[in-house]
Amino acid sequence: MGELKEFKLAVRLFLKAYRWRRIDPVPWTPLKRAVKHSRISLVSSAGFVPPDQPVFDESKKGGDSSFRWIPDSIKVKSLIQTHRSEAFDHKGGEQDPNLVFPIDRIREMHEAGEIGEVNHRHLSFMGSITAPGPLISQTAPEAADLLIEDGVEIALLVPV
Amino acid sequence: MCNQTVSLISAEFEKKGITTVVIQLLREAAVAVRPPRALWVPFRHGYPLNEPDQSLKQKRVIREALSLLELKDVNPPVLREYSHSADS
Repeated sequence: MGELKEFKLAVRLFLKAYRWRRIDPVPWTPLKRAVKHSRISLVSSAGFVPPDQPVFDESKKGGDSSFRWIPDSIKVKSLIQTHRSEAFDHKGGEQDPNLVFPIDRIREMHEAGEIGEVNHRHLSFMGSITAPGPLISQTAPEAADLLIEDGVEIALLVPV
Repeated sequence: MCNQTVSLISAEFEKKGITTVVIQLLREAAVAVRPPRALWVPFRHGYPLNEPDQSLKQKRVIREALSLLELKDVNPPVLREYSHSADS
């Protein structure tokens, strides 16, 4: 179970003292049409990058708020996990990247008629962002604009 | 911090007109940050879709998350607990 006690003491102390960024008011976009007719894109915070793209900058104070595009056509096994956090067990995602970035599962559900369309690209972020100002003001809205240009209607976001 | 990161991204997407659902591993973070729609799963960090190489279990999590998109007459934020506790 995802609980504070699974973390090392230093991480637990940090999280105990950390002031979470509260979303208020909570924005809400109603579903326009059924999931089985909607176009989906995935967002993962596992820090995956394709082999031809630069890795995330773990030295950046407050975290690297940039994102990488992941083509839907990619073989998930080719993705490189650049997340270096020791706060979670990396073995599962290394064994099967679909555990944290389920591109194959989404394709299968589309083929089964459960999801309307799969966008031609997905988004990868580095989740270790302690100072999320640039994420909120710049990179997340930029990513949203580009997904809207793609015709994306729904997004599934997966932490690690 | 991953739980907060995906929640904040989801809020920005909702503002732009994309309907979102986030998976959450840490209930404390979900309650504090308040993403619009969240499925809290009983799995440890690093395993948000349950187990590696278990496509049926992974799709069960995804299916339940996506079902939150189709809820009507709810007051945001929506935080639901994963119902397949036998999977954990």
